[in-house]
Amino acid sequence: MALVRINGLHKHFGSNHVLKGIDLEIEEGQVIALIGRSGSGKSTLLRTINGLETFEQGEIQVDGEHLHPHETDLRALRQKVGMIFQQFNLFPHLSVGQNVMLATTVVKKIGNKEAEDIARTMLLKVGLYEKFDAYPDQLSGGQQQRVAIARALAMQPRVLLCDEITSALDPELVNEVLAVVKTLAAEGMTLIMVTHEMRFAREVGDKLVFMHHGRIHEAGDPQTLFSNPQTPELAGFIGSIN
Amino acid sequence: MAYAFDFSSVLEYREALLAGTVKTLGLTAVGAVCGLAIGIFGAVSRAWRLAPFDRIFTAYVELIRNTPFLVQLFFIFFGLPSLGVQINEWQAAILAMVVNLGAYSTEIIRAGIEATPRGQIEAAQSLAMSRAQLFRHVVLPPALLKVWPSLCSQVVIVMLGSSVCSQIAAEELTFAANFIQSRNFRAFETYFIVTGIYFLLAIAVRQAMIQAGQRLIARRAR
Repeated sequence: MALVRINGLHKHFGSNHVLKGIDLEIEEGQVIALIGRSGSGKSTLLRTINGLETFEQGEIQVDGEHLHPHETDLRALRQKVGMIFQQFNLFPHLSVGQNVMLATTVVKKIGNKEAEDIARTMLLKVGLYEKFDAYPDQLSGGQQQRVAIARALAMQPRVLLCDEITSALDPELVNEVLAVVKTLAAEGMTLIMVTHEMRFAREVGDKLVFMHHGRIHEAGDPQTLFSNPQTPELAGFIGSIN
Repeated sequence: MAYAFDFSSVLEYREALLAGTVKTLGLTAVGAVCGLAIGIFGAVSRAWRLAPFDRIFTAYVELIRNTPFLVQLFFIFFGLPSLGVQINEWQAAILAMVVNLGAYSTEIIRAGIEATPRGQIEAAQSLAMSRAQLFRHVVLPPALLKVWPSLCSQVVIVMLGSSVCSQIAAEELTFAANFIQSRNFRAFETYFIVTGIYFLLAIAVRQAMIQAGQRLIARRAR
């Protein structure tokens, strides 16, 4: 059974119909790359999966947790879905260690000692073990984003949503973040990524989803789609970014 | 025209001055702690539109900010007994200061809460934090840190404003000054010294609060 199942999803911003009936199934361990022009609805789709955006029609299911239209109590679902943002969004008043420990102690009520162990393990995984006591403003953008990944992983999510996580980074810092994501993918983490890194999507993605005007316009194996797009829209999109 | 200063006639009453100073500081401390607590609650109610508290606090803030402190004090001291609530001058003074500071700090802290970047809240939500948890751990500390200098100033303003509590016979520093100059007929010297005490108190309170803010809110060893 699919880990994430999205059926007939519709979303409006006022009179703007941004998601026009999305159906998508994601198996455990898959890496999904969501691509498309800005305004195509890819970020909105990602944000509905952990309830940062509500929707009017359809259903989302993540690991047995159902999400219905207009629902606002999402805490059970959000424990299963981690999210990483374009702007990192670390808590500036907390140290790196406290950033990673906050949700495990406050939400999961894990004791301080154990939470610290989890935090150190996760920071080790993203290569920032020695930054435990640093503050976010002492880190580079790439390091901040890796802390954000560690912070999401500490909650042991089943799915990780990545919303253009390298778009705010200087070009030389992109690779250190992508390397971490690649490791996660290799370890079997289920990832749904909105990304402009086409080479990465092609290399690491199991499935490419091309969104256009609020619909999934084309989806399938990344290699096939990149080399042989079936629709003029995808062909145009690929052409425009190369 | 030479005026012969005679401070010794004031210093004879140093115990009264000290007692008044302690009372003024006490009023300020209680007023600050309770006023800031009300301010935090009022601020989040208004910023996050928590019905029905948002409307209640809007009305409260407007009422307090648009009336004089002395009138608020008289309203409490003379008004509440008419409703059958027995209240002495200290209770009235503290209540007036808490109510006054609560309104101003509601507005100050609200500005800090509203300056929270949207992404901070979304990050906390995506970590499955409840509204109360994310307010307590993610929104409030940086918000207080941002507006702390304004809050310190407001507490000092309220401390200086507490001098009007002498009007309901609360024996704080200004009351002591009135008392002393009515005895020694040395008004100039008396208010000279009391002015100096207020000045030093104001600086000391502001410094103490800034230090406390660094310790309690910032908790950053740098």
